[in-house]
Amino acid sequence: MIKLLNVSKVYKRTGSALEDLTFEVPKGQFVFLTGHSGSGKSTTLRLVHMAERPTTGEVRVVGFSSQRTPPREVWKIRRRVGFVFQDFRLLPGRTALENVAFALEVTGAPRGEVRAMAQRLLSKVGLSAKAASPVHQLSGGEQQRVTIARALASEPLVLLADEPTGNLDDRATRGVLDLFWQINALGMAVIMATHDLELIRSYPAARVLELDQGRLVFDSHQPAGGR
Amino acid sequence: MGRTVREAALGFRRAPLLTGLSALMVGLALFVLGLFSLVTHNIRSAVADLEERVEVVAYLRETAQPAEIESAIQTLGALPGVEEVRFFSKAQALERARQELPEIAEVSADLAVNPFPASLEIRFLPGSPTAESVGAVAAAASGFPFVEDVRYGREWVERLFLLRRIGAITTLILGGAFAIVATLIIGTAIRIAVFARRDEIFIMRLVGARDSLIRRPLLLEGAVTGLMGGTLAALLTWGAYQAVYHLLFKLEWIPPGWMWGGLLLGVLFGAMASNLAVRRHLKEV
Ligand SMILES: Nc1ncnc2c1ncn2[C@@H]1O[C@H](COP(=O)(O)OP(=O)(O)OP(=O)(O)O)[C@@H](O)[C@H]1O
Ligand SMILES: [Mg+2]
Repeated sequence: MIKLLNVSKVYKRTGSALEDLTFEVPKGQFVFLTGHSGSGKSTTLRLVHMAERPTTGEVRVVGFSSQRTPPREVWKIRRRVGFVFQDFRLLPGRTALENVAFALEVTGAPRGEVRAMAQRLLSKVGLSAKAASPVHQLSGGEQQRVTIARALASEPLVLLADEPTGNLDDRATRGVLDLFWQINALGMAVIMATHDLELIRSYPAARVLELDQGRLVFDSHQPAGGR
Repeated sequence: MGRTVREAALGFRRAPLLTGLSALMVGLALFVLGLFSLVTHNIRSAVADLEERVEVVAYLRETAQPAEIESAIQTLGALPGVEEVRFFSKAQALERARQELPEIAEVSADLAVNPFPASLEIRFLPGSPTAESVGAVAAAASGFPFVEDVRYGREWVERLFLLRRIGAITTLILGGAFAIVATLIIGTAIRIAVFARRDEIFIMRLVGARDSLIRRPLLLEGAVTGLMGGTLAALLTWGAYQAVYHLLFKLEWIPPGWMWGGLLLGVLFGAMASNLAVRRHLKEV
């Protein structure tokens, strides 16, 4: 469902960010993407979301190839691939419900049903009680749940999360991770970038991919002898 | 469609000062254009009046034969741009002179011979005479052996046509310049509007909204700004026209077609400017 084939990414200003990266994530898999700061985790996720294109190699996501998908069709990928940021990126001054409703509205949900749908998404992430709260009055963990509800709005097949727990305390972190596992149990693949090794250790069922200076140096599904 | 209108209206409500200012600036730019149209139009209609009076007169020798004259009338009448060729006999010339100049009426009663020559008067189709066609007709007329002299105020005609051409060229250049100014103003306003909405646009692209959904409200906003500027310019031009008409001299109002054309251009340039601005933003993000 997600396939990277010999992907390299070179930035004009900073040079090589990824080198000859190849891996595949099947449907419904839970993946931790780890590595030191600057190892290329965020770059990898952005490539999968087609916010950027590889310099060489090919990224294939939910049936779309980075080599054949014109910019005006990237929106199709976005509806199949949800994205969650460390810093939430919510619309300030709007309520949790409005933030989720906005995503539904702009992706063509029927206008009469938007509110009910948003309400349902918020209860999925355990936040129905805070639907009417402006997002800036919510805790970090709660805000991250709103962004997850937003990412689920178009019923994606994959959820990409870039250090989603980076701004959260332990309890909130557990909460978000539990939520990811619930979602994953329903069949959605999750790729989460994090450098929190302790967190990774506490979920041994997940696949772990480790990057170092833009190269894949460890894959728990292809241990020793692999790359 | 509903969303496009709602979003555009929201844009205006969120930044009324910005939209108002840019409409005002566009209005002022187009106002200059409106004033120039007014001047150009009045020069043109004055020139058109003069043009109608442009004619070539060929004075005939006493010896000219009726058959020769008839064939000359045919030949000249067939030249491009010629409306009609009229023959004036010596008697008609005398008669006309008597009517137009009373002194002659007194003197001529005593004249033994009629001093006025017969002539051919060649008139041109309205709006069509050019320096070339008038010159060609004059040359053809003087080619006949029985034609004594040809008059058409050559320098005067050429200047008239030059004036008309200068007017047209100046309007084109000024029109182009002010259209660019208006486009730049609207483009800048839309870029500011895009900037004000960058968070929403970011989320829209993140969750998979189509580009058209992002673009359309801003396009509408640009078009409406252009329309408001155009309307303002039309009102200001009308005001200036009224003031000149009542305080200085009588003018003609510009043809309505020009005005609607100007408004339409305002709308088109507004939409185009915002399209450029949005496209650029979408490419950058
Ligand atoms: N937009 C960009 N322009 C130029 N260079 C970039 C850009 N984004 C990332 N890089 C460079 O690419 C390399 C990988 O960056 P990336 O953000 O993918 O790392 P990361 O693993 O997510 O790090 P962190 O854990 O700090 O978030 C770094 O050297 C970074 O400087
Ligand atoms: Mg990162």
